[in-house]
Amino acid sequence: MTDPLLKVRGLKIGATIYPPGEKARDIEIVHGVDFDLAPGKVLGLIGESGAGKSTIGLASMAYGRGGVEITGGSVEVNGRDILQSGIRDVRRLRGAEVTYVSQSAAASFNPAKKIMEQVTEAAILQGKFGRKDAEARAVELFAKLGLPDPENIGQRYPHQVSGGQLQRCMTALALCPEPDLVVFDEPTTALDVTTQIDVLAAIKDAIRDTGVAALYITHDLAVVAQVSDHIMVLRMGEMVEYGTVDQIINSPQEEYTQALVSVRSIDHEEKQPTTNPVLKVEGITARYKGTSFDVLKNINVELYPGQTLAVVGESGSGKSTLARVITGLLPPSAGKITFDGRELTPDLPTRPLEDLRELQMIYQMADTAMNPRQTVGTIIGRPLEFYFGLKGAEKQKRIQELLDEIELGTGFQDRYPAELSGGQKQRVCIARALAAKPKLIICDEVTSALDPLVADGILKLLLNLQKIEDVAYLFITHDLATVRAISDSIAVMYQGEVVRYGPKSQVMSPPFDDYTDLLLSSVPEMKLGWLEEVLASRKMESAGN
Amino acid sequence: MRIPVAALIGLFFTSLFFLMAIFAPLIAPYGMAEVVGDVWEPPSDQFMLGTDNIGRDLLSRMIYGGQTTIFIATAATALSFITGSVLGFFAAVSGGWIDQAISRFVDLIMSIPSLIFALVVLSVMPTTVTILVVLMGLLDSTRVFRLARAVAVDITVMDYVEAARLRGEKTAWIIFREILPNALSPLVAEMGLRFIFAVLFVSTLSFLGLGVQPPQADWGGIVKENKEGINYGIAAALYPAYAIAVLCISINLVADWVLNRTTSLKGGRG
Repeated sequence: MTDPLLKVRGLKIGATIYPPGEKARDIEIVHGVDFDLAPGKVLGLIGESGAGKSTIGLASMAYGRGGVEITGGSVEVNGRDILQSGIRDVRRLRGAEVTYVSQSAAASFNPAKKIMEQVTEAAILQGKFGRKDAEARAVELFAKLGLPDPENIGQRYPHQVSGGQLQRCMTALALCPEPDLVVFDEPTTALDVTTQIDVLAAIKDAIRDTGVAALYITHDLAVVAQVSDHIMVLRMGEMVEYGTVDQIINSPQEEYTQALVSVRSIDHEEKQPTTNPVLKVEGITARYKGTSFDVLKNINVELYPGQTLAVVGESGSGKSTLARVITGLLPPSAGKITFDGRELTPDLPTRPLEDLRELQMIYQMADTAMNPRQTVGTIIGRPLEFYFGLKGAEKQKRIQELLDEIELGTGFQDRYPAELSGGQKQRVCIARALAAKPKLIICDEVTSALDPLVADGILKLLLNLQKIEDVAYLFITHDLATVRAISDSIAVMYQGEVVRYGPKSQVMSPPFDDYTDLLLSSVPEMKLGWLEEVLASRKMESAGN
Repeated sequence: MRIPVAALIGLFFTSLFFLMAIFAPLIAPYGMAEVVGDVWEPPSDQFMLGTDNIGRDLLSRMIYGGQTTIFIATAATALSFITGSVLGFFAAVSGGWIDQAISRFVDLIMSIPSLIFALVVLSVMPTTVTILVVLMGLLDSTRVFRLARAVAVDITVMDYVEAARLRGEKTAWIIFREILPNALSPLVAEMGLRFIFAVLFVSTLSFLGLGVQPPQADWGGIVKENKEGINYGIAAALYPAYAIAVLCISINLVADWVLNRTTSLKGGRG
């Protein structure tokens, strides 16, 4: 076996935290991690947020984000321990031997400089190439990464290309100086599924063709399975399991890995439509004030009591706008909405309190959906007080009942949102919606910001609550695995229109229209070789290209 | 919880000034307008800071003057914060033409230099303490309005405010329960600064003769009465200046500390 390119031994990383009202203290966030990476191989680092995967990735460039410090162990690149080298040597390493691709290309490119200038900067600065050669190499990489018009795309500014293209430009930036190792930090997480697949394929080809080694960091096991040779599963700064992709996916040893692999396997039986829909959307067309473009075009959907309608689509397809129209935040320019047999007025201020109570909403970002200066008790208690006039002991009792329903115990009433984890926050938001005893809850991407295992818990909770409270959900999401898990009927949206609508069994079975086929096939599956299969059998290019 | 040294110093002087203001009649050795000695007597056992231009005890004048200055500044600041922030929040929450109307009106007032505006108003109105407080409070509230509106505009787009709207909450609840607690820390910091400006403003007016009217003492007035003394090497006019400086700095130290405390509170916004 050849000598490893990257050799990490006993890596320990610490950080200083400043808890509110307490003294600052040092904590350890990575507790001694070992791994090797051979030249030209790809190692996937996988774990939930807070597992330390990005921190480890950056440590392989001897870098710690603000407040983070590498406290022990060794990181050898090409046989040199870079943690012991001076800052000059480290500088010579970064951008030449090891490069980095970050999650958000949009935030990482300088909007004031042309793409070409930024892509070639490191290579020229490190003296690897002259300007001419660097630019020639960049064009070659643009072509390899499947960017349109590779000769000229470098002359554009970052805002003139799409998100998926920019992410590929960033990959070109990382590959330009002919590095030995590239650290990919969640490169496709911020992209739509249909775009993600193209970027993923481009990255995979580029890695193969240039023979570079890579650390691929992501929380999505299905994605990492497509590009890596080996996978390391991390949890809370410790290695849980290490093995080849085949071994991790097909025969995981540890319980935690098994949970990750089997995530999103909720079985949900489709319910049949009943007679009276709780929500009937007819011919809704809407546009934002001051624009001359219809964001929604003639939308017709129905939702029955105690059932779930999933609205699926990419970003920009108008699915969140549909929620704004139903809640009355954006009055439609045409069409009508019937809720529980009565027609809803188009705008919020004119709606009777009863309509507001029966139609609740849960947001994507639980962080911003709760007032940081109110306790959980106040947040859940307010609807009780506001709609039902509950006070004192009666209110406390109901709050506790709701907390029990969302599977949070006692003692949460007096906590502030900042003292809750992401999943707990979303649960409190669910309790706030339930407190109003609604007939319909609009769930706007409620699990998108959560780690897969936590999201799973939230979905199970929602399904359970639906059985108990007989509430209907309008479930807006871009994630088809979630849709399969929770919906009874599905509306697929594309550029402001519903392109496919019906019961789940019907929507999810062939024959597909082109867009639904693209969407369905783009969801990464947890098996080897999935990426190649899909690319070979696609009918339509993704819109984000 | 530990109070930083700077804040302790600030707290000490601030409370000293406020206590002196509250208990002025008990502390002051002589009456406010009582002529007790010769003109511009040097400091002695009898008159700790000496006497002023007509032979009144300067220490007593300083104490009573502090009372007037601090009272007017406090009242004006309170008035400006109540009107400014309520209007600012209201404009931010309402949006649309209401926001436009209020904001443009405030711009109009702000385009006139406030000292000149105050001088014009005071030259036609009777110069009483009430008029002074109302005038200063309303003029200053335009600045508070701008800050409060800017802070509140950021908060009104948060999902929790939208959630409150969807719940059907009235504007008053949104302003006082959703926005105010989250806007408090920048406002408190601004309040310290505004109080200092109010002290300076009332002192300026008195120095120009349009503020607190004699024989009532206030710091700006004491400077005015004793400014001739500087030519003769008499320090009487400098004491109120010191007092103003010390008060301003100590209040700022306290405001800084309060700002730090409230921003770190439960991870709220800054």
